[in-house]
Amino acid sequence: MLTINYFASLRETLGFASEDLQLPAGISDVRGLITHLIIDRSADWLVLQDQAQVLVAVDQTIVDRSHVLQGHEEVAFFPPMTGG
Amino acid sequence: MGEQAPAATTAQTSSAQTTTAQTISDQTISVQTKDFDVGAEYAELRRLAANVGAVTTFTGLVREFYHADASDDSENKVLCLYLEHYPGMTEKALQDIVNKARDRWQILSCKVIHRVGELYAGDQIVFVGVASAHRGDAFAAAEFIMDYLKTQAPFWKKQRTSTGADWIESRDSDKEAASRWQV
Repeated sequence: MLTINYFASLRETLGFASEDLQLPAGISDVRGLITHLIIDRSADWLVLQDQAQVLVAVDQTIVDRSHVLQGHEEVAFFPPMTGG
Repeated sequence: MGEQAPAATTAQTSSAQTTTAQTISDQTISVQTKDFDVGAEYAELRRLAANVGAVTTFTGLVREFYHADASDDSENKVLCLYLEHYPGMTEKALQDIVNKARDRWQILSCKVIHRVGELYAGDQIVFVGVASAHRGDAFAAAEFIMDYLKTQAPFWKKQRTSTGADWIESRDSDKEAASRWQV
C-alpha cells in the first residue's frame, strides 16, 4: 500500500492531506501514478503534471517523475519550499 | 569557496571531542513551535567544541511586510504567518544540508532551529549557528545552510493580511542563491 501525503497549497487545492492507495496494476513509477490520479479524479489534479509547481518525494527524499515505485512507499506531493 | 580540507578534522583531534561531536549530532536540528534564545544557543555552540575561533549566528525574523517594497500599503501588512512542514522529511533534509556543509567546511559545532506553526511580525523564525576555527568557514557554512534550507527543506509559509490568506510562492532569487554553491 502506498501512503500519499499532500502539503500546503496543494493539500488545499486537492482537498487531501493524506491517503492510502493500492498501486494500480501496470503502474511502475511516479509519472504513472500521477497519470492514474489525473484520470481517476477531477481536472484539479492536472496540476501534478507541472514539474515547476509540484515537487515529489518518495520515502522523504525528493525524486524526479521517473522514480520507480514498488507499491509500499511514502509518496508526497508539495509546492516548492518557502522556509527560512 | 573553500573545498580544501576534510571536514571536522579539528573536532576529531581527541577522542573526547569525537564523543562530544557524536552526541550533539542528534541535537543539531530542531523543528519547534517554541521561541529560541540566541544567546543561549551561542553559548551552547561554544560549549560543545574546543578551540573555537569564530562563531557565526544568523537569525531570521518575520517581517511586517513580506514584500519589502510594500511597506506603504497597509493591505499588505502581515497579520500572521503560518509555517507548515513535512514532519520527518524536514529533519532529514536539514540534517542532509548540515552534513553537506560539514563535508565542505571545518565545522566544530552547528545548530539549526526552524520554528513552525503560527508566527507574528517580529518573531524569530529560523536560527543557524556555526562554530569554527576560522571566520571563513563559519561565515560560508552558515550562509550555505541558510541558502539550502530555503529551497531544500520542506517548509511552506502562508501569510494572512487584512485581505485574506495566501501561500507564499517560492522566489527565483532563493533558487539562484542556492545554485551558486554548485552542490
